[in-house]
Amino acid sequence: MAKTQVRMTVNGREVEALVEPRTLLIHFLREQLNLTGAHIGCDTTHCGACTVDLDAKSVKSCTMFAVQADGAHITTIEGMANADGSLHALQEGFRMEHGLQCGYCTPGMIMRAHRLLQEIPNPSEEQIRFGISGNLCRCTGYQNIVKAIQYAAAKLSGAAQKEAAE
Amino acid sequence: MNTAVLTREQREAKLEGMGCKRKRVEDIRFTQGKGNYIDDLKLPGMLFGDFVRSQYAHARIKRIDTSKASKVPGVLAVLTAEELKGVNLAWMPTLAGDVQMVLADGKVLFQNQEIAFVVAEDRYAAADGVEAVEVEYEELPVIVDPFKSMAPDAPVLREDLAGKTSGAHGARKHHNHIFEWTVGDKAATDAAFASAEVTIKELISYHRTHPSPLETCQCVASFDKIKGELTVYGTFQAPHVIRTVASLLSKIPEHKIHVISPDIGGGFGNKVGAYPGYICAIVASIVTGKPVKWVEDRIENLTTTSFARDYHMSTEIAASKDGKVTGLRVHVLADHGGFDACADPSKFPAGFFAIVTGSYDFPVAHVAVDGVYTNKAPGGVAYRCSLRVTEAAYAIERGMDILAQKLGMDPAELRLKNFIKREQFPYQSALGWEYDSGDYHTAMNKALEAVGYKALRAEQVAKREAFKRGETRELMGIGLCFFTEIVGAGPSKNCDVLGLAMFDSCEIRVHPTGSAIARMGSKSQGQGHETTYAQIVASEIGIPADDVMVEEGNTDTAPYGIGTFGSRSTPVAGAAIAMAARKIRNKAQMIAAYLLEVHESDLEWDIDGFRVKGLPEKFKGMKEIVWAAYHSPPPGMEPGLEAVSYYDPPNMTYPFGAYICVMDIDIDTGVYKVRRFYALDDCGTRINPMIIEGQVHGGLTEAFAIAMGQEIRYDAIGNVVGGSFMDFFLPTAVETPKWETDHTVTPSPHHPIGAKGVGESPNVGGVPAFSNAVNDAFSFLGTTHIQMPHDHWRNWMVAQRLGLHA
Repeated sequence: MAKTQVRMTVNGREVEALVEPRTLLIHFLREQLNLTGAHIGCDTTHCGACTVDLDAKSVKSCTMFAVQADGAHITTIEGMANADGSLHALQEGFRMEHGLQCGYCTPGMIMRAHRLLQEIPNPSEEQIRFGISGNLCRCTGYQNIVKAIQYAAAKLSGAAQKEAAE
Repeated sequence: MNTAVLTREQREAKLEGMGCKRKRVEDIRFTQGKGNYIDDLKLPGMLFGDFVRSQYAHARIKRIDTSKASKVPGVLAVLTAEELKGVNLAWMPTLAGDVQMVLADGKVLFQNQEIAFVVAEDRYAAADGVEAVEVEYEELPVIVDPFKSMAPDAPVLREDLAGKTSGAHGARKHHNHIFEWTVGDKAATDAAFASAEVTIKELISYHRTHPSPLETCQCVASFDKIKGELTVYGTFQAPHVIRTVASLLSKIPEHKIHVISPDIGGGFGNKVGAYPGYICAIVASIVTGKPVKWVEDRIENLTTTSFARDYHMSTEIAASKDGKVTGLRVHVLADHGGFDACADPSKFPAGFFAIVTGSYDFPVAHVAVDGVYTNKAPGGVAYRCSLRVTEAAYAIERGMDILAQKLGMDPAELRLKNFIKREQFPYQSALGWEYDSGDYHTAMNKALEAVGYKALRAEQVAKREAFKRGETRELMGIGLCFFTEIVGAGPSKNCDVLGLAMFDSCEIRVHPTGSAIARMGSKSQGQGHETTYAQIVASEIGIPADDVMVEEGNTDTAPYGIGTFGSRSTPVAGAAIAMAARKIRNKAQMIAAYLLEVHESDLEWDIDGFRVKGLPEKFKGMKEIVWAAYHSPPPGMEPGLEAVSYYDPPNMTYPFGAYICVMDIDIDTGVYKVRRFYALDDCGTRINPMIIEGQVHGGLTEAFAIAMGQEIRYDAIGNVVGGSFMDFFLPTAVETPKWETDHTVTPSPHHPIGAKGVGESPNVGGVPAFSNAVNDAFSFLGTTHIQMPHDHWRNWMVAQRLGLHA
């Protein structure tokens, strides 16, 4: 099948590649860029395991062609750790609050939570539950995921306040 | 040694041993997207395999034409049953003693059954190839309802079994009958019913559902023609068993087969069995000489690789007028689908269903289970429960509520009246189990107090009165469940899979500088073994958990084990760790005695080393002892410090718990709201309370899904209705209730560390608690039993049938 050229920025890096027009973004990320953090769980846009951040929106990358992401800025779980290699507040929060078990939904869940905290920096529990309702988890029952996001929100807003004070 | 200056508490805290809420080791990689799951694996030259599947539930295959598919760009091979016959693999044995088609051989028996396997350069080309395969069918009459499978004129489903009047589990009474399994004293039970003051009888069905882990079943098979070696990477809960099965089927010697289970994205029983995808990937790799990956999509997962439940339990309880139970009689019709592929120990075709007497002191009981074939997917796996234990718990816990209703007794009071008493343990059940330990009254009373049970009942009475007066359209239900599980299969005297005794194993090597590696026969799918197993080692031999690496899932390096399912990891593998560690500690004691120049019996273990009794300053810490094992072992002693344990449990373990659900149902919409869910678990010794709580949250969420809507349903001609996440109910964070957890601790007397296992308790106990809440809500309007699942629509239908919408 004829291939099309795409260019995008993934985790701050310029990427240029040839893809089949039918190649899904998730397959492009996982198989061509070897970014295997985002997962495939359902094929029908329900589970959110494939969630990435695309042009400041949470996107289920199994339901988008790679060609549609031409020119986009994408962040995946692999781009979340801080510049010094330390864990992002969400990554830390998920560990501290036991917000994961098998780990399969975790990258998508963290990417969604990341965008949620941009949209609502200090969300209520209800807002968190609604905000992550496009992401399914089979292991945790969500209670500790909610706590993990609250942990990150507190840490990030604490950091933001500190920054403002300085 | 600076340990001398630390307090005892500091030394203990440093170990992060048993009882510590240790943060998980696994999370460092998982939170960064650096887990290593099957579909992440990329081998040089790797091909991709995909299935052509049956549109029909029952049909003869008239013709398969693969010629067009073979010409599709990128397609390298198309396998059908004809090709597999060449290597004698068109059929495979199942764990239940039946055989199953790998690829359709002449006919298909369920929708989406595997017909052909297309091997291509990538998954897109494979999908193109699948599209191009032509299959001509001749439709046959379909059996979906198990109650119709043994009708005299029912169509013959398994033509390959024609004339066979007995199967792996005894006589077959009909061409669609698989087995009849009975346990208990029938005559005594019948007599108890004949003389009973009160009896109840109800058909309690537990619908078909599916474990549906977020990662589907997948594998990569790679055959090295030069070395004659096969490596299979897969989502295997039981990697060693898969190796043995692969060797028996392929005739490749077992030492030339390497099975690797990397990180697994949830299992819940789905990943115990051997599926056609694995066989086809292996054959395709042998045929093409290249690695072949097979990855199920979600629809394939829900409709083919295993199902759970589909048990139809006619449940009878006999009792005295004052509510003392005198007998239990259960007949089960078990729908096993087109092939009997249940994942049970060989001698237990109905798993451990004989736990159906539950937490109650039944003097007599009798159970009969008939397994039948239908045109549905094979499987019958234990979806986050020990084998058929959740079905049993559901039958007895619904049954007790129905009995309470008939007697006009409070269901809590009825349970308290009939519990096995603490002093009766170890308790011999009427159906042959020996319950190891329990303190049911304490647990139940703690639960009732925690939720304010009396006040809840009073509120319910007031609400019912208000409902009758037309002041509210909401019904309030209080669902109780007191379950006893049977887990940790199991003792070699009665438990085996494919003839393999159900032990499990651990090998611990302590390195010269005092860190260690523990290799296990079990396999985590998210349970956090890397974290908790290290805690057991820490407590047993005084090496900090952070210095212990736990490795699972590599059959070349791990001792042989039966794997992780049926809550067997802690009861069996967890015991193996403790036993291996104790071997190490025994040797360490000899070394310490030599170093301290005393007799071994003069020493006592003290957190992280040995101390001379009565002389607290004479102490050798493990770090020093370990170094000595490699540097200057006592004369005549072998250097080194390592041990292996194969643990054959003397008995199962019997975790229990008290769950209470409070629910409100709007009769005009059928919408329910779970107001409160309280779960008290007693899993014996608690290794990591944080992980236990997480397991309970997850299991309760699965129980909530199953009870309130999750179902694999078939229409009259065998089409799966709702075989994707569009319709299959997986709760999101919005509808999932909030969970309150609690515990009591009654250690198992026969387990080395007293632990019983917990992962499956919430699924087992949760389902009856939800269902009892719905039933309790409606019961005052005259219902006795409402079948699951209780989704909004069905609740509305119940209200409609009761005339509440008039």
